[in-house]
Amino acid sequence: MSVGRFSARDWDSHPPLIAPDYKSTRQRGPGQPLVPLDGDLPEAAGPSFDAGTIDAVQADLTANARVNAEPIGERIVVAGRVLDEAGRGVPHTLVEVWQANAAGRYVHTRDQHDAPLDPNFLGAGHALTDADGRYAFRTIKPGAYPWGNHPNAWRPNHIHVSVIGPALATRLVTQMYFPGDPLLDADPIFLATPRAARPRLIAQFDWSLTEPGIALGYRFDVVLRGRDRTPPDAGHADG
Amino acid sequence: MADGGFPGQTPSQTVGPFFAYGLVPGQYGYPLPDPVGADLTGSDVAGPRIWLTGRVLDADGAPVDDALVEIWQADADGRLPTRAGLGGGNRPGFRGFGRCGTGTDPESRFVFRTVKPGAVAAGAAPHVSLVVFARGLLNHLFTRVYFADEAAANAADPVLAQVPADRRETLTAERQETPDGAVYRHDIRLQGPGETVFFDL
Repeated sequence: MSVGRFSARDWDSHPPLIAPDYKSTRQRGPGQPLVPLDGDLPEAAGPSFDAGTIDAVQADLTANARVNAEPIGERIVVAGRVLDEAGRGVPHTLVEVWQANAAGRYVHTRDQHDAPLDPNFLGAGHALTDADGRYAFRTIKPGAYPWGNHPNAWRPNHIHVSVIGPALATRLVTQMYFPGDPLLDADPIFLATPRAARPRLIAQFDWSLTEPGIALGYRFDVVLRGRDRTPPDAGHADG
Repeated sequence: MADGGFPGQTPSQTVGPFFAYGLVPGQYGYPLPDPVGADLTGSDVAGPRIWLTGRVLDADGAPVDDALVEIWQADADGRLPTRAGLGGGNRPGFRGFGRCGTGTDPESRFVFRTVKPGAVAAGAAPHVSLVVFARGLLNHLFTRVYFADEAAANAADPVLAQVPADRRETLTAERQETPDGAVYRHDIRLQGPGETVFFDL
């Protein structure tokens, strides 16, 4: 349904509420159909954030939890734009990321995977997009890890990405995967996504984002709901 | 590709079980600043204080202790925060947005401290908008909480009117007076008998 100036959630792009191969959905996905709502609702507005509330160091996950050394692993840059469906940048919105370390271990106290923690790596950070919707993080490439969904189940390398956008209606939490990962074809979370939309979850290796001698670069653009399809080269202001 | 040759919407993926140190680090004791917390009130926020609390329950009625709930609401006068004015960005005032995980309370509750919202428009009942995330939810869920002590307003609310009559009570929280103040208790049932109404909006 469309809410305010935002187009409908495109259910040809998003996974279903229950995907039986991803076991946790069986007990947690709603069984009743969603109740459609449209119109000019409060969900067409949302919280705003100013740069003054965000410390720039939180965009560098190789630095924001450093105790006495650099974190272990392959340094990477993950950067891109938050866009609406017309390709226009979403400015000044909050982007949050969290991930496993290079060994495939999360800092979260409930992660019991027998792989080492890194005392110099938390694996979480956040940033605001700039006026053109751009964001950039520096981090460590996350490792794969086993999980209990099915025998010999392994999650592909991924970074969790949360974006608020201009309204509650545009709220999105997703996962960014890496190109060429052989685990993608066996991951029930990735595979729950409609086939045509799966490539949008995979970052692209990008020489232009690579910092010579320091870090390889990956581009990941995030497209949020947005009804106005005016092409970006027409030069219209947001709205 | 969507209209105009641009890629379509980025697909949603589950928040997973380990979001706490990224999205609500302060609540869980991780060393990262919280951009968003569970207390929406401050000394400069006007209006009657309330607690909004409850559990997220799975198909068996078991509490989900790795869920994340976000809320968005108007202030006590029914005004939504905007970038241009009320509580936008880092200006003082009511920000209208909060976030709480269910993994730190002994009863697996989310617990928000906020003000009771006013109605955002004539004919609309006061409510809080909720977004629910959890392992096993490939998409976040939109729902709302209305207040049982606003029965007349609820009966006229145009959104509640779009909800099947026999499911409206899943969106209504009862008020309890406690030594700590007014508490609205609201459980969210993800699946099964009494399943909460979730919106496609």
